[in-house]
Amino acid sequence: MSRLPVRKTYKLFIGGEFPRSESGRTYEAEGQNVARASRKDLRDAVRIARGAFGRWAGMTAYNRGQVLYRVAEMMEARRAEFAELCSGPKEVERSIDRVVWYAGWADKLAQVLGSSNPVAGPYFNFTVPEPTGVVGILAPPEPALAGLVSRVAPAIVGGNAVVVVASELHPLAAVELAEVLATADVPGGVVNILTGRREELAPVLASHMDVNALDVSGADGQVPELEELAAENVKRVVHGAPDDQSPWEIAGFLELKTVWHPIGV
Amino acid sequence: MAELERTKDRAPIPAGWEYASAPESRDLVTLRDRYGLFVGGEWLEPKESYTTIDPSSEESLAEVGQASEAEVELAVQSARDAYENGWSALPGSERAKYLFRIARLLQERAREFAVLESLNGGKPIRESRDVDLPLAAAHFFYYAGWADKLEYAFPNRTPKPLGVAGQIIPWNFPLLMLAWKIAPALAAGNTVVLKPAETTPLSALHFCDILRQAELPPGVVNIITGDGSTGAALVESEVDKVAFTGSTDVGKAIQRRLAGTGKKLTLELGGKAANVIFDDAALDQAVEGIVNGIYFNQGHVCCAGSRLLVQESVYEDVIDKLKRRLTTLRVGDPLDKNTDVGAINSRQQLEKITELVKSGEEEGAEIYQPPCRLPEKGYWFVPTVFTNVAQSYRIAQEEIFGPVLSVLTFRTPDEAVEKANNTPYGLSAGVWTEKGSRILSMAQRLRAGVIWANTYNRFDPASPFGGYKESGFGREGGRHGLEPYLRFE
Repeated sequence: MSRLPVRKTYKLFIGGEFPRSESGRTYEAEGQNVARASRKDLRDAVRIARGAFGRWAGMTAYNRGQVLYRVAEMMEARRAEFAELCSGPKEVERSIDRVVWYAGWADKLAQVLGSSNPVAGPYFNFTVPEPTGVVGILAPPEPALAGLVSRVAPAIVGGNAVVVVASELHPLAAVELAEVLATADVPGGVVNILTGRREELAPVLASHMDVNALDVSGADGQVPELEELAAENVKRVVHGAPDDQSPWEIAGFLELKTVWHPIGV
Repeated sequence: MAELERTKDRAPIPAGWEYASAPESRDLVTLRDRYGLFVGGEWLEPKESYTTIDPSSEESLAEVGQASEAEVELAVQSARDAYENGWSALPGSERAKYLFRIARLLQERAREFAVLESLNGGKPIRESRDVDLPLAAAHFFYYAGWADKLEYAFPNRTPKPLGVAGQIIPWNFPLLMLAWKIAPALAAGNTVVLKPAETTPLSALHFCDILRQAELPPGVVNIITGDGSTGAALVESEVDKVAFTGSTDVGKAIQRRLAGTGKKLTLELGGKAANVIFDDAALDQAVEGIVNGIYFNQGHVCCAGSRLLVQESVYEDVIDKLKRRLTTLRVGDPLDKNTDVGAINSRQQLEKITELVKSGEEEGAEIYQPPCRLPEKGYWFVPTVFTNVAQSYRIAQEEIFGPVLSVLTFRTPDEAVEKANNTPYGLSAGVWTEKGSRILSMAQRLRAGVIWANTYNRFDPASPFGGYKESGFGREGGRHGLEPYLRFE
């Protein structure tokens, strides 16, 4: 008699843990029952992301780069599983390589995006990029894995904490990625992934007063409404590439800080 | 305001010093009685107009246009024509030379513009002469040099202009804000429609004469005047980009209005900056920095150091020195070269400041105002310090945009950071300490776009300026200030 496989329960990923939705709801996607996050789950995730932001942003860039590289290592170990949950091995390889690519950016951002500014006076003046804070991400519906990775990696490499609404259609790759993140030295709360109905969750994320930026790259037709909600606390609204890589994708989630100090004896 | 009325008659002040008045000559600038809208290189006769005044005397200076929606559209169309028929195809090196010309012309006519800036805005001539004008000219000079070097600014990207930029600027630095807006926009290859603030249109209108002298092609820069309704019409017009500097409320309304349109937007909004004084700071220098931080330009500065955070161990010392310094500030005629604090920009702004100061007294803060004689006519407010301020008071939370300082205290660096960051704004912050490692640590932890360490209110065209959080997004100045005016292929 063949062995009966042990099935997985597809849950949310908040603060490094895997809770069910506090609402007790699920929905069926890709043949599985997946947690259907509530507005309360989303608010909890934002609160936890805010708590995690300071530590993550305060780590050295070298350290953040290593954590991202570790994510790629853990993804590599699950290539077969990921391939089942997206368009196939090619998308998995592209996604893993993209994480490695972004890992290498962590300690180069300040040199490429920052500057030393020759002001007309006796002052030392420089500009450095800093993370904007908590970023809300609406993951592109597809590609299931590469889309998610293409939006999350540039947001976190610069030091932001993120709350992601996973692809409603293809949430399983997101849950798989959550399991990778949980074992890849990413501090709990830096990446929070919610599965559920995007139409229900996106407006809550867009209007949340403690979210600094909103990535609408995967928002489809909802963009005007979300952008309007985002104005309430002057969110940075990011229209990024759903399946591409560039340091400018990182820059969308960064602030620039300029520091002045007099020069004298 | 009973307190102010009483102090008006007190003499001799300040602190026993009397200066002979040293007024700059008003004759340096010749104004017309009426100004139209500057559209397509010509003066368009506006259907409606209003009177702009000198806030220090309430005297009329000129009639200016109140541009309607239709007139705004004409201006945008003229900018579009100029963009398509020549400007966008002009080599960067040629655009650069126009901008260099403008910079030089502004330098040559600097004093004339400084007088006009003080006349229409109320700011001391010392500031318009030594800060606004040199910086405005420098801004054009700086961005002129970028016009033919854009591809070096953004590695691995191909920069292209956006098209027509609609720009709305505030009344606190009218000509300087014009330079901050127009210089990078033109350097990047765009054409512009700029709306100066309702109360300070004259330097922008006078600037059109610089454009004439520079022989800038018609329609590349269009200047339309009017109130908020003109600004709203500009936001809703067929522009490709909106750049706004002003209040957070209006900024949010613009962001809402542009939702889903795909138009590029930059916002430079309000602030409530903390100026943090540690016990090891050079206190005399710090006091100068505090005064420059909040009383510069009557406190009409979005990055003003309006919340003073003083370490408890030096609190008495700092407050004593500050109060003594306040008695030497000369409030009065903006055109007098001795004046430190000029006129409040408008009656409306004076009422707002007065209302917030009243709330501070009512909520329980302790007010200090130096003895001070104010002119009979015009809009004035005595430099004010509030002590005993709680973080929850309106004067510690809301942007006053006037010469009003709220003083709070702290014990540890952690407490200073927490209080400094406890605001929805994040435009700027100041730190005063002689300890280098502490400066860098504070500079890292303060959530603001500009950090002044052992200095305050310094500006330079090479230095990016702009906010975190609800103080807006996008940067003006430096290489980073080009990005908002470009798209990338």
